[in-house]
Amino acid sequence: MYWKETMRQMNDIGVGSLVIVGLVSVFIGAVTAVQFSYQLGGSTIPKYYIGYIVRDIMIIELAPTFTCLALAGKVGSNMAAELGGMRQKEQIDALEVMGVDTPAYLILPKILAALVVIPMLVIFSAFLGMAGGYLACWGGGLLSSADFMQGLRAFFDPYNVFMMEIKAFVFAFILTSVSCYQGFYVTGGSIELGKASTSAVVISNIMILLADYVIALLLT
Amino acid sequence: MIRAENIRKSFGDQEVLKGITTVFEQGKTNLIIGRSGAGKTVMLKILVGLLQPTSGAIWYGDTNFSDLNAKQRKAIRSEMGMLFQGSALFDSMTVEENVRFPLDMFTNMTKGEKLKQVNETLDRVELTGSNNKYPSEVSGGMQKRVGIARAIILNPKYLFCDEPNSGLDPTTSMLIDELIQKITVENQMTTIINTHDMNSVMEIGDKINLLYFGELAWQGNCKEVVNSDNELLQDFIFASPFLRRLRDAALKNGKGNL
Repeated sequence: MYWKETMRQMNDIGVGSLVIVGLVSVFIGAVTAVQFSYQLGGSTIPKYYIGYIVRDIMIIELAPTFTCLALAGKVGSNMAAELGGMRQKEQIDALEVMGVDTPAYLILPKILAALVVIPMLVIFSAFLGMAGGYLACWGGGLLSSADFMQGLRAFFDPYNVFMMEIKAFVFAFILTSVSCYQGFYVTGGSIELGKASTSAVVISNIMILLADYVIALLLT
Repeated sequence: MIRAENIRKSFGDQEVLKGITTVFEQGKTNLIIGRSGAGKTVMLKILVGLLQPTSGAIWYGDTNFSDLNAKQRKAIRSEMGMLFQGSALFDSMTVEENVRFPLDMFTNMTKGEKLKQVNETLDRVELTGSNNKYPSEVSGGMQKRVGIARAIILNPKYLFCDEPNSGLDPTTSMLIDELIQKITVENQMTTIINTHDMNSVMEIGDKINLLYFGELAWQGNCKEVVNSDNELLQDFIFASPFLRRLRDAALKNGKGNL
């Protein structure tokens, strides 16, 4: 049962978020490329640096942070509403009376699924961000295809990927645990459920940004 | 048998239960009745361990349930089944999956054995063939029956029902009552029903506990209701002028039993 529930959560979080994560990532990558092209205009810095900057900024910062902020809105609010609804409909009480360890059955699969799937989504996001940057440069005539590819390959440090995955794990844990807590302990009616869902998103976002800062301090 | 011993429960300054002592007997439908706010739901939640009493003890046979930790309670909880007021079915699961849930969680039965047991239990609650429907696709009465099926599939020793008739029409309500009583007798369970449905009180009340603002105001069975001189009970059971006329007519004809 726990395995089945974890698989269901993986599907909901992973497959269910592909479109939103993909869209956000492509546009973020594209905007980053356009902005840096503008910033570098007239400077002596080689144009191919745009590819390098898009790659590293996606890996180090934008892929993990934007993906998890987007997921806090989509997945986090959904988790809080699901658990809060179960609490209000006495489904959690029903599980407890049966002798089911409710946090282990309801929360743990969500956290485990997020810890497995969100780092994958972040990698997916980083690739799509770079693709978005490429499309913006190539489509907008900002940079030749060859120059962008040269930038993508330049000065690659695998440590940055390690940092990205650390962020992904920490943010995944934050957004699921905060959201589950908000939903699991909701009391009252539909207004409180709405508030819990909002709190899940707001608190997750703040904590993700705070954790982002702390990780940046520790790992760079 | 379940024994409640001087149960008190307070929320802040408000004392909701004021020293309830009673026994819920095996093989009988034990009712907890009372007006809204009398403390029925709190009492039921204390009995199943969803709430902890401020003082007092709940005894399941010779075991003091209130003193057990979560792990120790698991053994007794495996002998409990509960029907919730809103049925508390899992929305994302079909009727079959809902009923099968306790088997999936607590047994090592094969798929075939589980399906057989689920179908037998659905037959008992007269829901044959409803396996693949979702809770949202069945009526309120059917949801209650699914809830009962889920509660009894592990053949519990103790069955708790929180307002099983709420939101149901009188006919369906009676069917649910009859079903609960039948299962109680067949399985020799200790059944505790929280209700304010007068039909239930008069039809299946083997043992009735009337709560009045947190105090046990009356105890007896359905045959003793009409002749009781307890004013709180009379006001509660025969609340409408129609029911009072009916009771008076019965007493006048010398038929103390409605």
